Amino acid sequence: MAAPLLDIRDATKIYGGGLFGGRRVVALQGFNLAIHEKPATITTIAGESGSGKTTLANLVLGFLHLTSGQILYKGVDIAAMDARQRFEYRREVQAVFQDPYEVYNPFYRVKHIFELAIQRFKLARNKAEAREMIEDALRVVGMRGEEVLEKYPHQLSGGQRQRMMVARAYMLKPRIIVADEPVSMVDASLRAMILDIMLHLRDDYGISFLYITHDLSTAYQIGDDIYVLYQGLVAEKGETSKVIENPRHPYVQLLVGSIPVPDPTVKWDTNLRLPTEEEMRSSATGGCRFYPRCPQRMDRCLQALPPLYSIEAEHDAACYLYEAQQKAMLTGRTNAS
Amino acid sequence: MGEHSNDRKQPSRDGSLDSRRVVLDVQDLRVHYATPRGDVIAVNGISFQVYEGETVGLVGESGCGKTTTAMAILRLVQPPGRIIGGRVMVEDTDLVSLNEKQLRQLRWVKLALIPQGAMNSLNPVMRIKDQIGDAITTHEGRLPADVLKQRILDLLNQVGLPARVYGMYPHELSGGMKQRVCVAMAIALNPPLIIADEPTSALDVVVQRVVAQTLLDVKQRLGVSMILIGHDMGLQAQLVDRIIVMYAGNIVEIAPVREAFKNPLHPYTQLLIASIPSIKERKPLKVTEGLTHDLRNPPPGCVFQFRCPHAREICRALKPQLREYGSGHLTACHIYENAGEYERSAPIVTTATPSAALYAADLFKEVDPHGRAAS
Repeated sequence: MAAPLLDIRDATKIYGGGLFGGRRVVALQGFNLAIHEKPATITTIAGESGSGKTTLANLVLGFLHLTSGQILYKGVDIAAMDARQRFEYRREVQAVFQDPYEVYNPFYRVKHIFELAIQRFKLARNKAEAREMIEDALRVVGMRGEEVLEKYPHQLSGGQRQRMMVARAYMLKPRIIVADEPVSMVDASLRAMILDIMLHLRDDYGISFLYITHDLSTAYQIGDDIYVLYQGLVAEKGETSKVIENPRHPYVQLLVGSIPVPDPTVKWDTNLRLPTEEEMRSSATGGCRFYPRCPQRMDRCLQALPPLYSIEAEHDAACYLYEAQQKAMLTGRTNAS
Repeated sequence: MGEHSNDRKQPSRDGSLDSRRVVLDVQDLRVHYATPRGDVIAVNGISFQVYEGETVGLVGESGCGKTTTAMAILRLVQPPGRIIGGRVMVEDTDLVSLNEKQLRQLRWVKLALIPQGAMNSLNPVMRIKDQIGDAITTHEGRLPADVLKQRILDLLNQVGLPARVYGMYPHELSGGMKQRVCVAMAIALNPPLIIADEPTSALDVVVQRVVAQTLLDVKQRLGVSMILIGHDMGLQAQLVDRIIVMYAGNIVEIAPVREAFKNPLHPYTQLLIASIPSIKERKPLKVTEGLTHDLRNPPPGCVFQFRCPHAREICRALKPQLREYGSGHLTACHIYENAGEYERSAPIVTTATPSAALYAADLFKEVDPHGRAAS
């Protein structure tokens, strides 16, 4: 297999604890992820706030630098890129952010965000060509230039602004779009439209997505692979349908169990023990980070971080509960072969 | 909570009351926002009741008027918005007719608000005890310090917060805890009605669930009525007894929650239910498009005609009325109201592009002070 398009290796980011001291916060620890050129995929990074998902997005986008580990793009470490490579990286890896209200400068008409990108990357030779590019990008997201481009940001809805951000990202012909909570501030009825545009870009334009979200239900609808983070570590990863239909890590089970079921006849399972506020905020110093909240905790969980154990093909969980299962699976495989 | 919803008698359209006590009676409420290009009709003559001990969900997309409705009930509509007409009866008092001073006496006592993004509504430089204490002493006058303290501790306990929160500042609390402080404040004076505007929208799902269960718990223990505004249909399914669906300033459907999910009548409600992302099955996304009219200039006929997949000529000509079909299940749609005429009427071919659609849908946002919030 060819080298992955984006290859994140053992990525670790620690805030604080430097020259000025302060509390060290491990935002992301030993994270691995590869996105291949083909086929284009939507990879979900899920987790609650503080889980490290936005840190990961910012690392990939180059807003933050790794404490240790590497992020390779087409085999080149993004921290060691020369100017030309970085320029290319900046064009080929685009971003769509959570808040479609804050990314626009309120003093400029919305066309400004397109023109700026065209100028910066010298995409067009003249105004007519630039206009054609913008119109083309807007068509992909189902909008028409004459209706929106001359407007100011406050005259557009959240859904419209977000679609324009997707259009802007698409216009640069990226290979990857990092979408950080792109639908969390958009209405339910428009949410489907943006998710649909993402699928369309994946399938028809070969653009891969790093879809950062706390919402497992939208991830379930469009995602290919999912990584569920808990306090900077991968708790569970795998094929989206396997992870969400049959979560194995106690944290992911809690997460999936907490999603309100859109069916009034199926009431929340009140037997599920809810953690107290203290438990939610504390984290164990050694061993599994989920220990203080875990209903199935064991003494050994405190001794060392559980590695990712393979549960089935394309489905791993970082929990000692599955150590035996992995062993059995491996022996089973050996016996069979 | 849904178990008894079938045998429960609902109000009929002519306003005759069922056996339960009406806590809130909204009649023909109208709210307009003034703009340089004419008034935006944010709430267009809506009527509904809330009964003792029930939770009513108010749903719809942003800009549909659900937050404006809540603000109008509380008489908190800010200029350029104003209440044009209607009555808001809380128990025996018409809030619309009161002056500011009378209103201030009633707020918190008769009805309390848990605002959108409530966790940011706490005063950052006041301790929790002082904020809750303020609400109590403002209405009940000075109380002995130990009585007040005990009352505040009781309130914190009711919403599942530890006693040490008493002396803390808001920044020392997590989002879920702050939200629960807001719930504690809302129940401080034991009002018969609480209006919660997207009470859990900015929280993580596990915390959201904790707060939601706190609300359920409080409601069951105190028997307080609640209006729960939101767009998360999953949360609505879990928390409310009846659901009111709004579209472009109008109520298009009112139904017991089970009915609304099992047998939604209005095409818009059907769309809402169909576009809920499920974690039970992967299904193709239901992409909804179409044109919502300019709220300054509503068309004759049905408010949903431009986005309705079933629109016919009659929907353009005549505005359907909210009528009851089945026990407590009301909708405003010609498919049911004028079935025969609807069948004979010619279908409308929608030509609107999605962009034109969304553009028009959001004209409202220019003036809606709450439009910017995440809903």
